[in-house]
Amino acid sequence: MVAVIVVVVLVVLVLLFFWLGFNGLVRRRNQVDNAWSQIDVQLKRRHDLIPNLVETVKGYAAHERGTFEAVTNARANAINAQNPADQAQAENVLSGALKSLFAVAEAYPDLKANQNFLNLQEELTASEDKVAYARQFYNDSVLSYNTKIQQFPTVILAGMFNFDKREFFDAAPEDTATPQVQF
Amino acid sequence: MHEQIARNKRRTFLMLLGFVALITIVAAAIVLLVGAGWVGVIIAFIIAMALAWGSYYNSDKIAIAASRAKPADETEYRRYHNLVEGLCIAAGLPKPRLYVVNDPAPNAFATGRNPKHAALAVTTGLLEVMNRVELEGVIAHELSHVKNYDILVTTIAVTAVGTIALISDIGLRFAFWGGMSDRRDSNGDSGPLGVVIAVASLAVLMLAPFAGYLMQMSMSRDREYLADASGVQLTRYPPGLISALEKLRDDHAVVHNATKATAQMWIEQPLETDPKKPGSKFNNLFDTHPPLEDRIKRLQEM
Repeated sequence: MVAVIVVVVLVVLVLLFFWLGFNGLVRRRNQVDNAWSQIDVQLKRRHDLIPNLVETVKGYAAHERGTFEAVTNARANAINAQNPADQAQAENVLSGALKSLFAVAEAYPDLKANQNFLNLQEELTASEDKVAYARQFYNDSVLSYNTKIQQFPTVILAGMFNFDKREFFDAAPEDTATPQVQF
Repeated sequence: MHEQIARNKRRTFLMLLGFVALITIVAAAIVLLVGAGWVGVIIAFIIAMALAWGSYYNSDKIAIAASRAKPADETEYRRYHNLVEGLCIAAGLPKPRLYVVNDPAPNAFATGRNPKHAALAVTTGLLEVMNRVELEGVIAHELSHVKNYDILVTTIAVTAVGTIALISDIGLRFAFWGGMSDRRDSNGDSGPLGVVIAVASLAVLMLAPFAGYLMQMSMSRDREYLADASGVQLTRYPPGLISALEKLRDDHAVVHNATKATAQMWIEQPLETDPKKPGSKFNNLFDTHPPLEDRIKRLQEM
Protein backbone atom coordinates (compact mmCIF):
# COMPACT_ATOMS: atom_id res chain seq x y z
CA MET A 1 0.00 0.00 0.00
CA VAL A 2 2.76 2.39 0.98
CA ALA A 3 4.67 1.47 -2.16
CA VAL A 4 1.70 2.49 -4.32
CA ILE A 5 1.46 5.88 -2.60
CA VAL A 6 5.18 6.49 -3.06
CA VAL A 7 4.98 5.65 -6.74
CA VAL A 8 1.96 7.91 -7.24
CA VAL A 9 3.71 10.81 -5.49
CA LEU A 10 6.82 10.32 -7.60
CA VAL A 11 4.80 10.23 -10.82
CA VAL A 12 2.98 13.42 -9.80
CA LEU A 13 6.28 15.15 -9.05
CA VAL A 14 7.74 14.17 -12.41
CA LEU A 15 4.62 15.40 -14.20
CA LEU A 16 4.77 18.68 -12.28
CA PHE A 17 8.39 19.09 -13.28
CA PHE A 18 7.53 18.55 -16.94
CA TRP A 19 4.56 20.87 -16.82
CA LEU A 20 6.17 23.77 -14.94
CA GLY A 21 9.56 23.37 -16.58
CA PHE A 22 8.15 23.28 -20.10
CA ASN A 23 5.91 26.29 -19.51
CA GLY A 24 8.79 28.22 -18.03
CA LEU A 25 10.89 27.59 -21.15
CA VAL A 26 8.01 28.58 -23.43
CA ARG A 27 7.49 31.79 -21.49
CA ARG A 28 11.15 32.74 -21.71
CA ARG A 29 11.45 31.93 -25.39
CA ASN A 30 8.37 34.00 -26.19
CA GLN A 31 9.78 36.86 -24.20
CA VAL A 32 12.92 36.71 -26.36
CA ASP A 33 10.83 36.87 -29.54
CA ASN A 34 8.70 39.68 -28.19
CA ALA A 35 11.78 41.64 -27.12
CA TRP A 36 13.21 41.29 -30.64
CA SER A 37 10.04 42.75 -32.16
CA GLN A 38 10.16 45.56 -29.61
CA ILE A 39 13.49 46.70 -31.04
CA ASP A 40 11.89 47.04 -34.46
CA VAL A 41 8.95 48.96 -33.01
CA GLN A 42 11.30 51.51 -31.43
CA LEU A 43 13.45 51.80 -34.56
CA LYS A 44 10.37 52.46 -36.67
CA ARG A 45 9.24 55.11 -34.21
CA ARG A 46 12.56 56.84 -34.69
CA HIS A 47 12.20 56.67 -38.47
CA ASP A 48 8.78 58.31 -38.24
CA LEU A 49 10.10 61.25 -36.22
CA ILE A 50 12.83 62.17 -38.69
CA PRO A 51 10.96 63.78 -41.65
CA ASN A 52 9.35 66.29 -39.28
CA LEU A 53 12.75 67.11 -37.80
CA VAL A 54 14.35 67.62 -41.22
CA GLU A 55 11.55 69.98 -42.31
CA THR A 56 11.81 72.02 -39.11
CA VAL A 57 15.58 72.45 -39.43
CA LYS A 58 15.28 73.25 -43.18
CA GLY A 59 13.03 76.16 -42.24
CA TYR A 60 15.97 77.84 -40.51
CA ALA A 61 19.10 76.39 -42.11
CA ALA A 62 18.11 75.76 -45.71
CA HIS A 63 21.62 75.73 -47.16
CA GLU A 64 22.94 72.90 -44.95
CA ARG A 65 21.98 70.55 -47.74
CA GLY A 66 24.74 67.99 -47.20
CA THR A 67 23.58 67.30 -43.65
CA PHE A 68 19.92 66.89 -44.67
CA GLU A 69 20.76 64.51 -47.46
CA ALA A 70 22.95 62.41 -45.21
CA VAL A 71 20.06 62.00 -42.76
CA THR A 72 17.45 61.31 -45.42
CA ASN A 73 19.62 58.75 -47.21
CA ALA A 74 20.62 57.03 -43.99
CA ARG A 75 16.97 56.78 -43.02
CA ALA A 76 16.03 55.26 -46.37
CA ASN A 77 18.82 52.70 -46.08
CA ALA A 78 17.74 51.76 -42.56
CA ILE A 79 14.14 51.24 -43.64
CA ASN A 80 15.15 49.12 -46.64
CA ALA A 81 17.66 46.93 -44.82
CA GLN A 82 17.04 43.27 -45.56
CA ASN A 83 18.63 41.42 -42.66
CA PRO A 84 19.38 42.20 -39.01
CA ALA A 85 23.12 42.73 -39.57
CA ASP A 86 22.58 45.27 -42.38
CA GLN A 87 19.83 46.88 -40.39
CA ALA A 88 22.03 47.33 -37.31
CA GLN A 89 24.75 48.89 -39.45
CA ALA A 90 22.30 51.21 -41.25
CA GLU A 91 20.81 52.30 -37.93
CA ASN A 92 24.29 53.19 -36.64
CA VAL A 93 24.93 55.32 -39.73
CA LEU A 94 21.58 57.04 -39.15
CA SER A 95 22.51 57.77 -35.52
CA GLY A 96 25.73 59.37 -36.70
CA ALA A 97 23.89 61.48 -39.30
CA LEU A 98 21.40 62.67 -36.66
CA LYS A 99 24.23 63.68 -34.35
CA SER A 100 25.70 65.79 -37.16
CA LEU A 101 22.31 67.39 -37.79
CA PHE A 102 21.93 68.38 -34.12
CA ALA A 103 25.50 69.68 -34.08
CA VAL A 104 24.72 71.87 -37.11
CA ALA A 105 21.56 73.16 -35.41
CA GLU A 106 23.72 74.50 -32.57
CA ALA A 107 24.82 77.36 -34.83
CA TYR A 108 21.27 78.66 -35.37
CA PRO A 109 19.90 80.36 -32.20
CA ASP A 110 16.45 80.93 -33.75
CA LEU A 111 16.18 77.25 -34.45
CA LYS A 112 17.28 76.32 -30.93
CA ALA A 113 14.52 78.54 -29.51
CA ASN A 114 11.85 76.96 -31.71
CA GLN A 115 9.49 74.94 -29.49
CA ASN A 116 8.79 72.42 -32.20
CA PHE A 117 12.51 71.76 -32.62
CA LEU A 118 13.00 71.37 -28.87
CA ASN A 119 10.13 68.90 -28.66
CA LEU A 120 11.54 66.89 -31.55
CA GLN A 121 14.97 66.91 -29.95
CA GLU A 122 13.51 65.53 -26.73
CA GLU A 123 11.51 62.92 -28.66
CA LEU A 124 14.55 61.79 -30.65
CA THR A 125 16.73 61.55 -27.55
CA ALA A 126 14.00 59.51 -25.89
CA SER A 127 13.72 57.42 -29.03
CA GLU A 128 17.46 56.62 -29.02
CA ASP A 129 17.15 55.68 -25.35
CA LYS A 130 14.19 53.41 -26.08
CA VAL A 131 16.06 51.64 -28.87
CA ALA A 132 18.97 51.10 -26.49
CA TYR A 133 16.68 49.84 -23.72
CA ALA A 134 14.85 47.55 -26.14
CA ARG A 135 18.18 46.00 -27.14
CA GLN A 136 19.18 45.72 -23.50
CA PHE A 137 15.91 43.99 -22.65
CA TYR A 138 16.36 41.65 -25.62
CA ASN A 139 19.84 40.69 -24.38
CA ASP A 140 18.57 40.24 -20.82
CA SER A 141 15.80 37.97 -22.12
CA VAL A 142 18.28 35.95 -24.19
CA LEU A 143 20.52 35.60 -21.14
CA SER A 144 17.66 34.34 -18.99
CA TYR A 145 16.48 31.90 -21.68
CA ASN A 146 19.94 30.55 -22.57
CA THR A 147 20.81 30.08 -18.91
CA LYS A 148 17.59 28.18 -18.25
CA ILE A 149 18.03 25.78 -21.17
CA GLN A 150 21.59 25.02 -20.07
CA GLN A 151 20.91 24.58 -16.36
CA PHE A 152 20.07 21.26 -14.77
CA PRO A 153 17.36 19.90 -14.70
CA THR A 154 15.64 22.01 -17.38
CA VAL A 155 18.43 21.04 -19.78
CA ILE A 156 16.69 17.66 -20.12
CA LEU A 157 13.45 19.29 -21.26
CA ALA A 158 15.30 21.64 -23.57
CA GLY A 159 16.89 18.73 -25.37
CA MET A 160 13.65 16.76 -25.58
CA PHE A 161 11.59 19.60 -27.01
CA ASN A 162 14.18 21.38 -29.14
CA PHE A 163 14.61 24.62 -27.25
CA ASP A 164 17.61 26.10 -29.01
CA LYS A 165 20.09 28.72 -27.91
CA ARG A 166 19.44 32.29 -29.05
CA GLU A 167 22.01 34.85 -30.17
CA PHE A 168 22.75 38.06 -28.30
CA PHE A 169 22.44 41.39 -30.06
CA ASP A 170 25.98 42.62 -30.65
CA ALA A 171 26.95 46.20 -31.34
CA ALA A 172 28.51 46.31 -34.81
CA PRO A 173 32.23 47.24 -34.86
CA GLU A 174 31.31 50.62 -36.39
CA ASP A 175 29.16 51.37 -33.36
CA THR A 176 31.99 51.07 -30.89
CA ALA A 177 34.08 53.55 -32.85
CA THR A 178 33.55 57.22 -31.98
CA PRO A 179 31.05 58.71 -34.45
CA GLN A 180 32.53 61.39 -36.71
CA VAL A 181 30.57 64.61 -36.67
CA GLN A 182 30.74 66.44 -40.02
CA PHE A 183 30.14 70.19 -40.05
CA MET B 1 25.30 44.11 -8.40
CA HIS B 2 23.77 40.66 -8.79
CA GLU B 3 25.27 39.46 -5.52
CA GLN B 4 23.77 42.45 -3.72
CA ILE B 5 20.34 41.71 -5.20
CA ALA B 6 20.49 37.99 -4.36
CA ARG B 7 21.70 38.65 -0.84
CA ASN B 8 18.97 41.19 -0.28
CA LYS B 9 16.23 38.81 -1.39
CA ARG B 10 17.60 36.14 0.93
CA ARG B 11 17.52 38.60 3.83
CA THR B 12 13.89 39.43 3.12
CA PHE B 13 12.97 35.75 3.12
CA LEU B 14 14.77 35.22 6.43
CA MET B 15 13.06 38.28 7.86
CA LEU B 16 9.65 36.91 6.90
CA LEU B 17 10.58 33.62 8.59
CA GLY B 18 11.55 35.71 11.59
CA PHE B 19 8.09 37.24 11.65
CA VAL B 20 6.49 33.81 11.63
CA ALA B 21 8.76 32.74 14.48
CA LEU B 22 7.92 35.86 16.46
CA ILE B 23 4.19 35.30 16.04
CA THR B 24 4.61 31.72 17.19
CA ILE B 25 6.60 32.78 20.27
CA VAL B 26 3.98 35.37 21.19
CA ALA B 27 1.16 32.90 20.74
CA ALA B 28 3.02 30.38 22.88
CA ALA B 29 3.55 33.04 25.55
CA ILE B 30 -0.16 33.76 25.66
CA VAL B 31 -1.05 30.10 25.89
CA LEU B 32 1.43 29.59 28.73
CA LEU B 33 0.44 32.73 30.58
CA VAL B 34 -3.27 32.87 30.19
CA GLY B 35 -4.38 29.52 29.00
CA ALA B 36 -6.41 31.26 26.32
CA GLY B 37 -6.49 29.27 23.17
CA TRP B 38 -5.09 29.43 19.68
CA VAL B 39 -8.51 30.71 18.68
CA GLY B 40 -7.56 34.18 19.84
CA VAL B 41 -4.42 34.13 17.75
CA ILE B 42 -6.30 33.09 14.67
CA ILE B 43 -8.94 35.77 15.14
CA ALA B 44 -6.29 38.42 15.61
CA PHE B 45 -4.49 37.20 12.51
CA ILE B 46 -7.67 37.40 10.46
CA ILE B 47 -8.38 40.93 11.64
CA ALA B 48 -4.84 42.08 10.91
CA MET B 49 -4.92 40.42 7.53
CA ALA B 50 -8.25 41.95 6.57
CA LEU B 51 -7.01 45.44 7.45
CA ALA B 52 -3.65 45.06 5.77
CA TRP B 53 -4.91 43.39 2.62
CA GLY B 54 -7.70 45.90 2.19
CA SER B 55 -5.12 48.64 2.03
CA TYR B 56 -2.78 46.51 -0.12
CA TYR B 57 -5.44 45.86 -2.72
CA ASN B 58 -6.18 49.55 -3.11
CA SER B 59 -2.68 50.72 -2.36
CA ASP B 60 -2.36 52.69 -5.57
CA LYS B 61 -5.52 54.73 -4.98
CA ILE B 62 -4.89 55.29 -1.28
CA ALA B 63 -1.31 56.48 -1.70
CA ILE B 64 -2.21 58.87 -4.50
CA ALA B 65 -5.11 60.37 -2.56
CA ALA B 66 -3.07 60.71 0.63
CA SER B 67 -0.36 62.72 -1.10
CA ARG B 68 -2.80 64.80 -3.19
CA ALA B 69 -1.07 63.74 -6.38
CA LYS B 70 -2.45 64.92 -9.71
CA PRO B 71 -2.25 62.96 -12.97
CA ALA B 72 0.77 64.04 -15.03
CA ASP B 73 -0.27 65.53 -18.34
CA GLU B 74 1.55 63.90 -21.26
CA THR B 75 2.37 67.12 -23.07
CA GLU B 76 3.38 69.16 -20.06
CA TYR B 77 5.55 66.42 -18.56
CA ARG B 78 6.87 64.91 -21.78
CA ARG B 79 10.33 64.12 -20.43
CA TYR B 80 8.93 62.42 -17.32
CA HIS B 81 6.69 60.22 -19.51
CA ASN B 82 9.54 59.46 -21.92
CA LEU B 83 11.91 58.38 -19.15
CA VAL B 84 9.28 56.12 -17.60
CA GLU B 85 8.44 54.56 -20.97
CA GLY B 86 12.09 53.86 -21.73
CA LEU B 87 12.71 52.21 -18.36
CA CYS B 88 9.53 50.15 -18.64
CA ILE B 89 10.88 48.76 -21.91
CA ALA B 90 14.14 47.88 -20.18
CA ALA B 91 12.30 46.21 -17.31
CA GLY B 92 9.58 44.51 -19.33
CA LEU B 93 6.95 46.27 -17.20
CA PRO B 94 3.67 47.82 -18.33
CA LYS B 95 3.70 51.60 -18.02
CA PRO B 96 2.24 52.67 -14.64
CA ARG B 97 -0.09 55.65 -14.19
CA LEU B 98 1.97 58.79 -13.68
CA TYR B 99 1.31 61.55 -11.15
CA VAL B 100 2.85 64.79 -9.98
CA VAL B 101 2.79 66.14 -6.42
CA ASN B 102 2.97 69.91 -6.11
CA ASP B 103 5.73 70.28 -3.52
CA PRO B 104 9.12 72.01 -3.61
CA ALA B 105 10.85 69.14 -1.75
CA PRO B 106 12.42 66.69 -4.20
CA ASN B 107 10.99 63.22 -3.70
CA ALA B 108 9.20 60.36 -5.48
CA PHE B 109 7.23 57.23 -4.70
CA ALA B 110 5.78 54.18 -6.41
CA THR B 111 2.88 52.06 -5.26
CA GLY B 112 0.45 49.38 -6.46
CA ARG B 113 -0.27 45.75 -5.66
CA ASN B 114 1.33 44.45 -8.86
CA PRO B 115 2.93 45.90 -12.00
CA LYS B 116 -0.43 46.04 -13.81
CA HIS B 117 -2.01 48.26 -11.13
CA ALA B 118 0.93 50.48 -10.33
CA ALA B 119 1.25 54.23 -9.95
CA LEU B 120 4.29 56.46 -9.81
CA ALA B 121 4.49 60.01 -8.46
CA VAL B 122 7.22 62.66 -8.40
CA THR B 123 7.21 66.09 -6.76
CA THR B 124 7.53 69.27 -8.79
CA GLY B 125 10.64 69.90 -6.69
CA LEU B 126 12.26 66.71 -8.01
CA LEU B 127 11.57 67.62 -11.64
CA GLU B 128 13.18 71.00 -11.07
CA VAL B 129 16.26 69.92 -9.17
CA MET B 130 17.31 66.79 -11.08
CA ASN B 131 18.83 66.62 -14.54
CA ARG B 132 17.93 63.92 -17.05
CA VAL B 133 20.19 61.09 -15.87
CA GLU B 134 19.48 61.80 -12.19
CA LEU B 135 15.71 61.80 -12.80
CA GLU B 136 16.14 58.55 -14.71
CA GLY B 137 18.01 57.01 -11.75
CA VAL B 138 15.24 57.97 -9.34
CA ILE B 139 12.51 56.64 -11.64
CA ALA B 140 14.45 53.40 -12.10
CA HIS B 141 14.59 53.03 -8.30
CA GLU B 142 10.84 53.54 -8.02
CA LEU B 143 10.03 51.17 -10.88
CA SER B 144 12.19 48.57 -9.16
CA HIS B 145 9.91 48.78 -6.13
CA VAL B 146 7.03 47.85 -8.45
CA LYS B 147 9.02 45.10 -10.17
CA ASN B 148 10.15 43.57 -6.87
CA TYR B 149 6.59 43.55 -5.54
CA ASP B 150 7.70 45.61 -2.56
CA ILE B 151 4.17 46.67 -1.70
CA LEU B 152 3.31 43.00 -1.24
CA VAL B 153 6.38 42.38 0.90
CA THR B 154 5.71 45.41 3.08
CA THR B 155 2.07 44.41 3.47
CA ILE B 156 3.07 40.98 4.71
CA ALA B 157 5.38 42.65 7.22
CA VAL B 158 2.68 45.07 8.32
CA THR B 159 0.20 42.19 8.72
CA ALA B 160 2.66 40.27 10.85
CA VAL B 161 3.43 43.26 13.06
CA GLY B 162 -0.25 44.07 13.33
CA THR B 163 -1.03 40.53 14.41
CA ILE B 164 1.74 40.56 16.96
CA ALA B 165 0.56 43.88 18.37
CA LEU B 166 -3.06 42.75 18.56
CA ILE B 167 -2.50 39.41 20.23
CA SER B 168 0.13 40.80 22.59
CA ASP B 169 -2.29 43.46 23.65
CA ILE B 170 -5.15 41.00 24.14
CA GLY B 171 -2.86 38.58 25.93
CA LEU B 172 -1.64 41.24 28.35
CA ARG B 173 -5.18 42.37 29.12
CA PHE B 174 -6.23 38.79 29.79
CA ALA B 175 -3.26 38.36 32.05
CA PHE B 176 -3.91 41.46 34.15
CA TRP B 177 -7.67 41.37 34.28
CA GLY B 178 -8.57 37.78 33.75
CA GLY B 179 -6.02 36.21 36.04
CA MET B 180 -3.13 34.10 35.01
CA SER B 181 -3.34 30.37 34.57
CA ASP B 182 -2.13 28.66 37.67
CA ARG B 183 0.37 25.90 37.71
CA ARG B 184 -0.04 24.24 41.01
CA ASP B 185 1.67 21.09 42.09
CA SER B 186 0.06 18.49 44.30
CA ASN B 187 0.35 20.68 47.44
CA GLY B 188 -1.54 23.56 45.82
CA ASP B 189 1.54 25.79 45.52
CA SER B 190 2.55 27.32 42.19
CA GLY B 191 6.18 26.40 41.85
CA PRO B 192 9.10 28.68 40.92
CA LEU B 193 8.96 27.41 37.36
CA GLY B 194 5.46 28.79 37.08
CA VAL B 195 6.69 32.22 38.12
CA VAL B 196 9.56 32.12 35.64
CA ILE B 197 7.26 31.14 32.81
CA ALA B 198 4.78 33.85 33.80
CA VAL B 199 7.45 36.55 33.89
CA ALA B 200 9.00 35.38 30.62
CA SER B 201 5.63 35.32 28.93
CA LEU B 202 4.83 38.82 30.18
CA ALA B 203 8.18 40.06 28.91
CA VAL B 204 7.60 38.52 25.49
CA LEU B 205 4.15 40.06 25.25
CA MET B 206 5.38 43.50 26.16
CA LEU B 207 8.47 43.50 23.96
CA ALA B 208 7.19 41.59 20.94
CA PRO B 209 5.36 44.44 19.21
CA PHE B 210 8.46 46.58 19.58
CA ALA B 211 10.68 43.83 18.19
CA GLY B 212 8.25 43.32 15.34
CA TYR B 213 8.32 47.03 14.54
CA LEU B 214 12.13 47.07 14.49
CA MET B 215 12.14 44.07 12.17
CA GLN B 216 9.70 45.79 9.87
CA MET B 217 11.88 48.90 9.72
CA SER B 218 14.95 46.76 9.06
CA MET B 219 13.19 45.03 6.19
CA SER B 220 12.05 48.36 4.79
CA ARG B 221 15.66 49.55 4.74
CA ASP B 222 16.75 46.33 3.02
CA ARG B 223 14.14 46.78 0.30
CA GLU B 224 15.42 50.32 -0.26
CA TYR B 225 18.95 49.01 -0.87
CA LEU B 226 17.46 46.39 -3.19
CA ALA B 227 15.55 49.03 -5.14
CA ASP B 228 18.77 51.03 -5.53
CA ALA B 229 20.62 47.98 -6.89
CA SER B 230 17.74 46.89 -9.16
CA GLY B 231 17.30 50.42 -10.45
CA VAL B 232 20.95 50.60 -11.43
CA GLN B 233 20.61 47.23 -13.12
CA LEU B 234 17.95 48.82 -15.34
CA THR B 235 19.85 51.97 -16.27
CA ARG B 236 23.32 50.28 -16.23
CA TYR B 237 24.50 53.70 -15.04
CA PRO B 238 25.19 54.03 -11.27
CA PRO B 239 26.45 57.65 -11.48
CA GLY B 240 22.91 58.82 -12.35
CA LEU B 241 21.34 57.60 -9.12
CA ILE B 242 24.47 58.44 -7.10
CA SER B 243 24.29 62.04 -8.28
CA ALA B 244 20.56 62.18 -7.48
CA LEU B 245 21.09 60.82 -3.96
CA GLU B 246 23.91 63.32 -3.40
CA LYS B 247 21.56 66.14 -4.37
CA LEU B 248 18.93 64.76 -1.99
CA ARG B 249 21.48 64.52 0.78
CA ASP B 250 22.38 68.19 0.41
CA ASP B 251 18.77 69.34 0.26
CA HIS B 252 16.95 69.59 3.58
CA ALA B 253 13.38 70.40 2.55
CA VAL B 254 10.57 68.20 3.81
CA VAL B 255 7.52 66.98 1.91
CA HIS B 256 4.32 68.46 3.37
CA ASN B 257 1.82 65.78 2.54
CA ALA B 258 3.75 62.83 3.93
CA THR B 259 2.71 61.08 7.11
CA LYS B 260 4.30 58.33 9.21
CA ALA B 261 2.09 55.82 7.44
CA THR B 262 3.19 56.74 3.94
CA ALA B 263 6.79 57.51 4.88
CA GLN B 264 8.23 54.24 3.68
CA MET B 265 7.19 54.58 0.06
CA TRP B 266 9.14 57.73 -0.73
CA ILE B 267 12.65 57.54 -2.14
CA GLU B 268 13.99 59.64 0.70
CA GLN B 269 12.85 59.84 4.32
CA PRO B 270 10.16 62.54 3.96
CA LEU B 271 9.86 63.38 7.66
CA GLU B 272 12.23 65.57 9.59
CA THR B 273 15.40 63.75 10.65
CA ASP B 274 18.19 65.66 12.32
CA PRO B 275 21.60 64.00 11.88
CA LYS B 276 22.93 65.89 14.91
CA LYS B 277 20.42 64.34 17.33
CA PRO B 278 22.15 62.51 20.19
CA GLY B 279 22.27 58.75 19.87
CA SER B 280 21.69 58.93 16.13
CA LYS B 281 22.90 55.36 15.65
CA PHE B 282 20.00 54.17 17.80
CA ASN B 283 17.55 56.42 15.96
CA ASN B 284 18.51 54.79 12.67
CA LEU B 285 16.76 51.61 13.81
CA PHE B 286 13.44 53.43 13.46
CA ASP B 287 14.09 54.78 9.98
CA THR B 288 12.26 53.35 7.01
CA HIS B 289 15.17 54.38 4.79
CA PRO B 290 18.90 53.78 5.16
CA PRO B 291 21.09 56.88 5.54
CA LEU B 292 21.79 58.50 2.18
CA GLU B 293 25.57 58.30 2.77
CA ASP B 294 25.41 54.51 3.09
CA ARG B 295 23.25 54.18 -0.02
CA ILE B 296 25.71 56.32 -1.99
CA LYS B 297 28.65 54.25 -0.74
CA ARG B 298 27.04 50.96 -1.76
CA LEU B 299 26.29 52.28 -5.24
CA GLN B 300 29.84 53.55 -5.65
CA GLU B 301 31.13 50.06 -4.87
CA MET B 302 29.32 48.54 -7.81
